[in-house]
Amino acid sequence: MDAQQSIIVRSSDLAAPIPDPDRPAPGDLNQELLGTSLWTDDALARAQIPVFDVPLVTVGGGIGSFVLVDLLRIAGVPTNQIRTLTNLDVPWQTYEYLTRVSQIPRTERLRSDATGMPDNIWGFPSYALLEAAKEKTIAPLFNVLVEPIFTDYWTPRAGTAFAAIEREARRVGYFDTLAKGQVRMVRRRHGGGYYTILTPPPGATPTRRIAYRSRFVHIAVGYPGLRFLPDLQEYRQRYQDWTHVVNAYEPHEQVYEELKRRPCVVMVRGGGIVASRVLQRLMEDRWNHRAPTTIVHLFRTFISGTQDRGGPFWRRKGGDGWAYQGFNWPKGAWGGQLKESFEKLEGEDRANLYKKLGGTHTPKRKLWQQQMGRARAEGWYHTVHGTVEQVGRNEQRQVVSRVKLANGSMQDIVADFVIDATGLEGDLRDHRILADLLDHSGAGRNPMGRLDVERSFEIRGTRCEPGGRLYASGSMTLGGYYAGVDSFLGLQYAGLQIVDDLAAQGFCPRIGAQRSMSQWWRWVRNRPV
Amino acid sequence: MTPTLIGRIQTRLFLLLVIGLPWTILVTPLLPRHLGVGTLGGLYATTLTAWFLVGLLGCCIWEPLYHLGQQFRWEKDWPILFGLLTSIPEALVLWSALPAYDTSPASGWTFCFHFFSTWIVMWLFAIGPIKIFLIRYRFRGGRIL
Ligand SMILES: Cc1cc2nc3c(=O)[nH]c(=O)nc-3n(C[C@H](O)[C@H](O)[C@H](O)COP(=O)(O)OP(=O)(O)OC[C@H]3O[C@@H](n4cnc5c(N)ncnc54)[C@H](O)[C@@H]3O)c2cc1C
Repeated sequence: MDAQQSIIVRSSDLAAPIPDPDRPAPGDLNQELLGTSLWTDDALARAQIPVFDVPLVTVGGGIGSFVLVDLLRIAGVPTNQIRTLTNLDVPWQTYEYLTRVSQIPRTERLRSDATGMPDNIWGFPSYALLEAAKEKTIAPLFNVLVEPIFTDYWTPRAGTAFAAIEREARRVGYFDTLAKGQVRMVRRRHGGGYYTILTPPPGATPTRRIAYRSRFVHIAVGYPGLRFLPDLQEYRQRYQDWTHVVNAYEPHEQVYEELKRRPCVVMVRGGGIVASRVLQRLMEDRWNHRAPTTIVHLFRTFISGTQDRGGPFWRRKGGDGWAYQGFNWPKGAWGGQLKESFEKLEGEDRANLYKKLGGTHTPKRKLWQQQMGRARAEGWYHTVHGTVEQVGRNEQRQVVSRVKLANGSMQDIVADFVIDATGLEGDLRDHRILADLLDHSGAGRNPMGRLDVERSFEIRGTRCEPGGRLYASGSMTLGGYYAGVDSFLGLQYAGLQIVDDLAAQGFCPRIGAQRSMSQWWRWVRNRPV
Repeated sequence: MTPTLIGRIQTRLFLLLVIGLPWTILVTPLLPRHLGVGTLGGLYATTLTAWFLVGLLGCCIWEPLYHLGQQFRWEKDWPILFGLLTSIPEALVLWSALPAYDTSPASGWTFCFHFFSTWIVMWLFAIGPIKIFLIRYRFRGGRIL
């Protein structure tokens, strides 16, 4: 797959990527800068790019950047020591976009537990406790008490998390650290530290680019890109048809609207949580809006019962095609014995543990089980186990998938719409900043092909002495010493590791028991840090 | 909770020390005094022995056993309900190991009140407030040091 096969995830029109201008303008990158990996102050002066000094820059401005800034502020770093370079207005913007299109509006519940709180590093009082207090009910507390033995995991509503992040962002002065624009690259600086090149929105600055000179840089740009299944991408290109074959992470509300108007067959591909959400929507539309839809659900790997993934200690529940798991990794990967195992393993061994615990899965939620049971009984939800060989179109302009079934025979499945819920993530190179780091700054890949980071989340091989450190957190670091990187709790863990590493270098005080306590009390009363 | 074996042991000892001990010292004078443990000193000797044995038996028998049980869980976690329910077998074993108590029929209540109140206070502290003081606790499998 090459970079053209990625779909661009646009968090909103506001966050549309700012294009590289084609005509020359003052203060732009020149051949000298593009061609050298280690930049001198003189070279930037020659290019007439204005330089701003700040000790620490975080690139991205999503949940990962927010969490780091939150921790730095709690540790006592003033806002003028930090710049957040981003094309977003608010940290939850991309996240809210992705959850909304994949069928989690603000009122629906997320997939992380009651203590996965991006706005609260302590995880106490948990979202369950807060909801119980606010809505005067003990139901959330009872749920947390007996989960996951007698109930599903309790998870917070999306809207709860967004509102909480907003409150915390205001409390710690996050918005004072923002500098809007598109980051083009981060390069090492002769004499230590880094240059980060920002392209501000057109007209915002006299020059086309500005540069931030900093000792520390943190990169949290989220998903390098999301990918489409190659056979579906080929179909879209060949027939120039972007309406009947859609990705769950693209806006595709028009599909659900069309389904309410006429009887259609929809093929859903994928066995993960996004597929679960899409099925929920399709089924509820059928019951609540009389959408006469028939669903064909295609599993490439069909799980018919508990899976043996390496002996009696490694059995994962499954059934009806799905593998069941509460969160994107087994819980012990965030802070228990699995976390310790990952920490100790290198190379191939680590990749093997990732493989053993990985695969596609979804939470076993009572509601979804009931809905699927009922849909099966009513005879309009069918599962198919097979691999798609090719996707084409028939005379009625329907999408025809040629599927090689598990028993070896071939079958053509005709559908009016295909929804790709496989959620493939793009390659590092799909993201310009990351590609540039690989080419110019000594960054490398981990055993899973993502960005290789140390236990401290410093990007291995990118140190720029004296003093310069480059860190990364988020999904692009998956495959390292910590598995849960793409989650609220994982971003907080990464943030804490980074802040501890910064403290070891004297940039900020280490957050000890006393600081933690007094800051928590400030958090409770919503007082500035 | 997602403990490791060493984290379990450290957490137990930590909780016993900072919560269990002060609590025991505080509630012992309020417990009814029965035969055999009729004096306040005698009662203290019994409750403190109970406190000590929860630590000793916990580190040597219970926590390794729970850790073994945890291996059969895919998530390698320890739901907070388990943290509450394991008090029952522990109470039974402890009761039989504490000779001073069983001389009076009513002393069962004394034992139960002391044991379960201490357990619940420690459990409540461990599932929430502990993180206020130990910000890295939840990432370290329960390790304190
Ligand atoms: C549908 C969905 C549901 C999820 N649900 C949960 C959940 O329930 N619980 C949980 O814990 N986790 C969940 N996650 C995972 C994760 O917590 C979120 O994806 C989170 O938003 C990741 O934060 P991030 O900072 O890595 O990326 P983002 O929040 O996406 O922020 C990164 C941002 O950087 C900006 N950026 C990129 N390149 C540049 C550039 N060159 N210049 C300037 N800015 C740039 C982009 O705007 C990008 O959005 C979910 C993920 C998805 C996709």
